Amino acid sequence: MTTSLIVGLDGTPGGDSAIAYAKRVASLVGAETRIILCYVVEWSPYSFNTPEENAQRASRRENEIKLARERVLAPAISELEKEGYQVEGRVRHGDAAEILSLLAREVNAEQIIVGRKGESVRSRIFGSVTAHLIQEASVPVTIVP
Amino acid sequence: MSRFRSLAPWAAAMAALMAASSARAEGMDQAISDIVGPIVNPIVSTIFYSVPVAGTQFPLIVGWLIIAAVIFTLYFGFVQFRLFGHAIRLVKGDYTDPKDEGEVSHFQALATALSGTVGLGNIAGVAVAVSLGGPGATFWMILAGLLGMASKFCECTLGVKYRNVNADGSISGGPMYYLSKGFAENGKAGLGKILAIFFAICAIGGSIGGGNMFQANQSYQQAVNVTGGDASFLVGYGWLFGLVMAAIVGMVIIGGIKSIARVTEKLVPMMAVIYVIAALIILGFNFSAIPAAFGAIIEGAFAPVAVGGGIVGVLIQGFKRAAFSNEAGIGSAAIAHSAVKTSQPATEGIVALLEPFIDTVVICTMTALVIVITGAYQVEGLGGVQLTSYAFETAFPWFPYVLALAVLMFAFSTMLSWSYYGLKAWTYLFGESKGSEIVYKLIFLAFVVIGSSMSLGPVIDFSDAMIFAMSIANIIGLYYLMPVVKRELAQYMAKLKSGEIAPVDKEAKRQNA
Repeated sequence: MTTSLIVGLDGTPGGDSAIAYAKRVASLVGAETRIILCYVVEWSPYSFNTPEENAQRASRRENEIKLARERVLAPAISELEKEGYQVEGRVRHGDAAEILSLLAREVNAEQIIVGRKGESVRSRIFGSVTAHLIQEASVPVTIVP
Repeated sequence: MSRFRSLAPWAAAMAALMAASSARAEGMDQAISDIVGPIVNPIVSTIFYSVPVAGTQFPLIVGWLIIAAVIFTLYFGFVQFRLFGHAIRLVKGDYTDPKDEGEVSHFQALATALSGTVGLGNIAGVAVAVSLGGPGATFWMILAGLLGMASKFCECTLGVKYRNVNADGSISGGPMYYLSKGFAENGKAGLGKILAIFFAICAIGGSIGGGNMFQANQSYQQAVNVTGGDASFLVGYGWLFGLVMAAIVGMVIIGGIKSIARVTEKLVPMMAVIYVIAALIILGFNFSAIPAAFGAIIEGAFAPVAVGGGIVGVLIQGFKRAAFSNEAGIGSAAIAHSAVKTSQPATEGIVALLEPFIDTVVICTMTALVIVITGAYQVEGLGGVQLTSYAFETAFPWFPYVLALAVLMFAFSTMLSWSYYGLKAWTYLFGESKGSEIVYKLIFLAFVVIGSSMSLGPVIDFSDAMIFAMSIANIIGLYYLMPVVKRELAQYMAKLKSGEIAPVDKEAKRQNA
């Protein structure tokens, strides 16, 4: 049976250390390990937009997905494949914590790996994505410093 | 959107003072008024052709909107009550496919459309209705709001059904598109095209009038008011205020500075919520007066005392304000709602029926109740936003400042919304190119300056006239296309019933994805 590891990416250096750790876990587990890289574009269905933003939303979304694939996922995937890992990439819109934990359930993942982020004003007030993830996830979460 | 007619005497006094304090600046404002006045007056008197009914002037256009709302209510079998609960579930996202995450949600489409309609009409327009029509006007206003929900349902379903997806992936929708495409489907392309063009011209006029000049004008008046009234340093500098405002609007619509728009879009709903909460608190304070207030509203609606025109007079005031405020049947909302991500046009129509409910039945009613319950409407010499301000002030002495900020924010967000509606009408007529967009935007900005320079009367009349003219073509189209809407609704309801469309269980859907 394949073991799935989910790695949450947001295009920051934290993602690189998360990938590095995922590689280490994958080599410990063995060949039948699949690494799923998931890039989450922060988005909420309950935000307030201008009519113009709404009209262009569909094409913006396509663009966001394309950019995430080209700039973040593609380089990481090709590198991992070169090193012989089984890897796939996904781009989703929504709340990062929610998306990652839902994805974990969907693919029956073994664990979720994310990089630790610096503390911002926002995270002090609303709690960070990682804190939410720990609350929401149904599988173990590893936070890589 | 809307207008406070009873401010006219106050504005006249203001104008006199302006003349005294700053002859040169006044000359500038006056010159602009003199040029534009004669052009707009004939347009205004045509659109607002009124017939005397029971001693009151009844503008036919208001009857046009209300009759349409009644017909749609009956034709769609009281859709606004039958599907109210379903509308809320749609907005919550219960039926949204997780694959559509990142697209425009029902909530976003509704919120965007609302920020275009919730505005001065909810604060000032209602005060006008109650001061002229007495407490009873509230009853008719609520009734008109409830009926208007069916008009919105109809136009927004069509807006989504006949929208265009442009080459760049952006979406254009609204009456221009359903008038031309819908009529063409039935072999009446020529008629559809004429109606669409007529609508587009009126929409451009409306975007410049009610969606722009009126807003700029009221913002200026409000700014003068809070900076010391007659003694304000802004007196006589309407054109300068207009230039500053035009610069800020220009930064957003031409400069593409998103942060300004984003801040406004977030503040406006917050303001609306603060407003409703403040109203509820005042109602709570005056708990014991509520039954008496309801008594006054019902009695005033059916057996009014001391109101010109009796029941009909009260009814007209209520109907007029509701129509001014929620824009049901005008067609503007169909432009805003059409960007939603859905494969079922009826769903957005159903969501849109919440719009007049929130705008008129909730927010306008709050204003009316506060004015009635505090007895503010009995105070002589108050009208428009001053009346609302006074009513809230009786409970919260600091409220006029919040209200002033709210008026500015509402005006600004309404201008942004309408600049978009006008732009869509413009590009429908002149093609989707960057060049033609810039031309429209520059014209729009010029009218910000004109709007804040002109005296109130011509501005209000022109803005009302152009917005209401939109409903002429739009409602003809709605009558013609309502069988299409009925079919859309019927097949959607059938799919709901058969379970083909069911609330999304997020987990299950993802498993299969």
